[in-house]
Amino acid sequence: MLQINNLHATINGKEILKGINLTVKDGEVHAIMGLNGAGKSTLSNVIVGHPAYEVTEGEIIFNGKDLLKMAPEERAHEGIFLSFQQPVEIPGVSMVNFMRAALNAKRQYKGEEPLSAGDFLKLMREKRKIVELDSRLTSRSVNEGFSGGEKKRNEIFQMAMLEPTFSILDETDSGLDVDALRIVAEGFNKLRTPQTSALVITHYQRLLDYLKPDIIHVLIGGMIVKTAGPELALEIENRGFDWIKEEVGL
Amino acid sequence: MAEDTRQYTDFYAQAGKLICERSCEVMNAPRAEALQTFSALGFPTKKVERYKYTDVAEDFAPNYGIALTPLEVKNLPYCHRISEAPVDITPYYNKLADRQDAVVALNTMLSVDALVIYVPRNTKVEHPIQISNVLNGEQDTMVNRRILIILEQCAEADIVITDKAVDQMHFLSNQVVEVFAGDGSHLNLYEVEETHLLCTRYSSVFVQQGRDSHVHHTSFTLFNGHTRNRMDICLKGEGSEVILNGCVIADKTQHVDNNTLIDHQVGSCQSSELYKYVLDDSSVGAFAGRILVREGAQKTISNETNANLCATSSARMYTQPMLEIYADDVKCSHGSTVGQMNDEALFYMRQRGIPEKEARLLLKSAFITEVIETIPFEALRDRLHYLVDKRLRGELSKCEGCKLCK
Amino acid sequence: MEEKNEFVREVAEKKYQYGFTTDVQTEVIDKGLSEDVVRLISQKKGEPDWLLEFRLKAFRYWQTLEAPTWGHLKMPEIDYQDISYYANPTAGNSGNSGNSGEIDPELMKTFDKLGIPLEERLALSGTAVDAVMDSVSVKTTFREKLKEKGIIFCSISEAVKEHPELVREYLGSVVPYRDNFFAALNSAVFSDGSFVYIPKGVRCPMELSTYFRINARGTGQFERTLIVCDDDAYVSYLEGCTAPMRDENQLHAAIVEIVVKENAEVKYSTVQNWYPGDAEGKGGVLNLVTKRGHLRGRNSRLSWTQVETGSAITWKYPSCVLSGEGSQAEFYSVAVTNNYQQADTGTKMIHIGKNTKSTIISKGISAGKSQNAYRGLVKVAKTADNARNYSSCDSLLLGSKCGAHTFPYMDVHNNTAVVEHEATTSKISEDQLFYCNQRGINTEEAVSLIVNGYAKEVINKLPMEFAVEAQKLLGVSLEGSVG
Repeated sequence: MLQINNLHATINGKEILKGINLTVKDGEVHAIMGLNGAGKSTLSNVIVGHPAYEVTEGEIIFNGKDLLKMAPEERAHEGIFLSFQQPVEIPGVSMVNFMRAALNAKRQYKGEEPLSAGDFLKLMREKRKIVELDSRLTSRSVNEGFSGGEKKRNEIFQMAMLEPTFSILDETDSGLDVDALRIVAEGFNKLRTPQTSALVITHYQRLLDYLKPDIIHVLIGGMIVKTAGPELALEIENRGFDWIKEEVGL
Repeated sequence: MAEDTRQYTDFYAQAGKLICERSCEVMNAPRAEALQTFSALGFPTKKVERYKYTDVAEDFAPNYGIALTPLEVKNLPYCHRISEAPVDITPYYNKLADRQDAVVALNTMLSVDALVIYVPRNTKVEHPIQISNVLNGEQDTMVNRRILIILEQCAEADIVITDKAVDQMHFLSNQVVEVFAGDGSHLNLYEVEETHLLCTRYSSVFVQQGRDSHVHHTSFTLFNGHTRNRMDICLKGEGSEVILNGCVIADKTQHVDNNTLIDHQVGSCQSSELYKYVLDDSSVGAFAGRILVREGAQKTISNETNANLCATSSARMYTQPMLEIYADDVKCSHGSTVGQMNDEALFYMRQRGIPEKEARLLLKSAFITEVIETIPFEALRDRLHYLVDKRLRGELSKCEGCKLCK
Repeated sequence: MEEKNEFVREVAEKKYQYGFTTDVQTEVIDKGLSEDVVRLISQKKGEPDWLLEFRLKAFRYWQTLEAPTWGHLKMPEIDYQDISYYANPTAGNSGNSGNSGEIDPELMKTFDKLGIPLEERLALSGTAVDAVMDSVSVKTTFREKLKEKGIIFCSISEAVKEHPELVREYLGSVVPYRDNFFAALNSAVFSDGSFVYIPKGVRCPMELSTYFRINARGTGQFERTLIVCDDDAYVSYLEGCTAPMRDENQLHAAIVEIVVKENAEVKYSTVQNWYPGDAEGKGGVLNLVTKRGHLRGRNSRLSWTQVETGSAITWKYPSCVLSGEGSQAEFYSVAVTNNYQQADTGTKMIHIGKNTKSTIISKGISAGKSQNAYRGLVKVAKTADNARNYSSCDSLLLGSKCGAHTFPYMDVHNNTAVVEHEATTSKISEDQLFYCNQRGINTEEAVSLIVNGYAKEVINKLPMEFAVEAQKLLGVSLEGSVG
């Protein structure tokens, strides 16, 4: 599904990613762990095409297509979704208008008719249940006045609406209490199919307990230094990152 | 005498008699004084503080045919031609308007008729009154429009004034509105301009508010050529409140200049102002809002906000919020910003698959929404949301939904 | 309330502390202004022809102008023929600038009384002083020490003689004589002032300061200051001003020009305490000054900090032209007006270069029957991509007979700019005063505390010694304002 080859990226001239190689197959969930500043969020931003980052070398192939050539919205239409670490508030833009614009843009891209207002609202109601999102929230402006937990639920709700094939959860667990974490994680699991994949960025094991990733990568200094099965996450939880640094000679 | 005023004084020399014949005594009385003021002052230059951002002489320079047609007022409740008004208009007509303003004086000189909206005491007007000004004609035309709104004690009314232009000719409208809001009265006054690039609009609105009165004025400039709106609010009775809002969407070479004065003459009054501009292409926006709190006007609360979005590097915005305060027990603030769209919000929307153009549009529309949402009258709110959206999509090329255009 | 009134009466009688006169033999030329007077000034100062030409051009231009009236001020009529344009208090001595030899002990006493010791051994730590009385620089301290680093700090009259190439290059390059009415006047008749040149890469090791004093009767002061800070250099500069109490208005029309080159930084602080006139509004200095800095180089920085407590009328806008890419400018101001004082002051920030940034923090405090206006312009030219400005202008009103006004102008011609302005007007709340009273702080002290707290953001920008001075000044200026 996703193949990243020798990816280098900079922000404001400073190199953050220094040669990332990563392959995610259909149906797989990969986790990326690492300390602050390792480049985890940069990686997710580069995949979705944030304009502040510049790719200086390497390629990202998504379902056979060159992702780096596409505008952020095209990448979204192709099925890539980022659950933001800090979702931005957009005053004055209602959730309904926002979601309808997003969904219909995708349908248009796929050559489908736009959804009628009735069908759309029905869909909203249905999907809201997945993350137990209060209808009060969907009648407000995008993320405006939402608590931290509500914002994260709103991200998963939007994921449910847009049905991406490849999702990135960027520290979706940060700022969530235990119950909210469970709701968000369970919501995500309900959306999984053998055709969908995900990249989960986190510091902690607790989210991974729910999401059960297939493969764990450790990102240090802009490079993936270690890749292993789910047991690696547990080991990091117990021992931290220092032993990995030593092992790879950093 | 300045050259630029000559065509108007010459016209008056020829047509003065005809104007007086078509008009009535109350309007004819101040004409001589107006002519004198207009001739003496000439059009205000950019050195005149309140006309800093608009070239008046240039706007009035073209050779317009000057319309001298009386109004048609048919079956509109509470609305009357001035000659048919149910009360004596003398204590009202030309009493609030700034007689030292040449543009106002020109209107006083040339207007042949005036619309009087008179709401007697304790009367609540059930349905909004809509005044449609439609500019049409086969030649370039100047129109002098005069409106008097009189709300007696505890009267209530919603009034919508719309400006539209049908024909692709040059139109110059010069409007003077005088509003008397009596004690305890309640007025919502909306002005919506959707004309075209060849239209020039001068509007001067003068409001006087009595004790515990409430006036909410909102001005929308959705489509225009050159527009200059002056609003002067005089809070004369304690406990009165005024809300002055406005929104401007401009592109191409459009020019919109809003100039407001809120004069707190007595204490315990409140005022608030919110003006928002979205400027595209080579449009020019100007906002100057002066809050004057006179000596002794204690317990005044006032705030003023002007926020502007410039979408291109050739758009220009001038903003000038002013506080002039001569009393100490007051809470006054103002703020103004000029900026662009929030890049993070734009990216967030694109990540969700909303094309950049659409995302920008949604953000512009959201920016304006704040002004629309202050309108207490739902049908108009919906209508404006619809118009703003259409306008931003570039689909509002002529006036929407008026019978004449269909 | 009884107690408050008592307090008002008591402090209203306090006098302006610096209002004494100095009895020295002063050479004053006849009143009046003409080409001959301009020539006479130039001749007395032994100036080269090019400078006389500059003065004459300015004078001829000035004659074509009318005094501006757009300020939010009630200006007394100024009779420009009733002012003497040159007064030299060192005349009794050597007949020339005091820097050449002995200083009259009376002059020494005067500056001592003002707290400005002219003997280097008595100096405030780390401060070099140029003392200017009336039209002449009396003494510049620490010149030798500064010279070792290549820094030039002297009176502008000396600079004309010793560094003509520098003066000629920069004089009038930031404020041309055609700039405005008072700039033209100053360019024609300017007398003395300071000249500073900081060479490339030099960090000036001490605060440079100029102390201006008007003494003689019937004279105006027209000083001229020129500061050039070359690449990678740094200087912090302070000016202080006082004048004796006179029942006539005295005109002060100065020009300050600052040139800031690549990566250089200039901090300019003013503590202005010209005689404000008496409690009835009689007399006082008319402070009509043009101050402007040109941030020419990339990443250059300039900050204006002003504490304005004196003058009957203050009308000035220390400004910044941000041409250099990435240059940054700041304006911090506290303006206090009491009794019948009037101020119309603020700044202009003209953004021309890319990525330029400016900050404006203004605090106005009005008391008595005074009028205090902030007026400021933020202009973003078409070329100034990513320009940023933040302005915050607050006014505090003490008393119901005074006025506080805010007139910001923002002209934005670039869509990548972000310009923000905020302003509030309020009074000291009864709650705050009562809270202080309950804790045993009397109203007078409470007001002083609260006002100082309010002005702190600006005061903190001043060099240490002067911050203390400014704090005291705020208290003194507002005495008699509560009630």
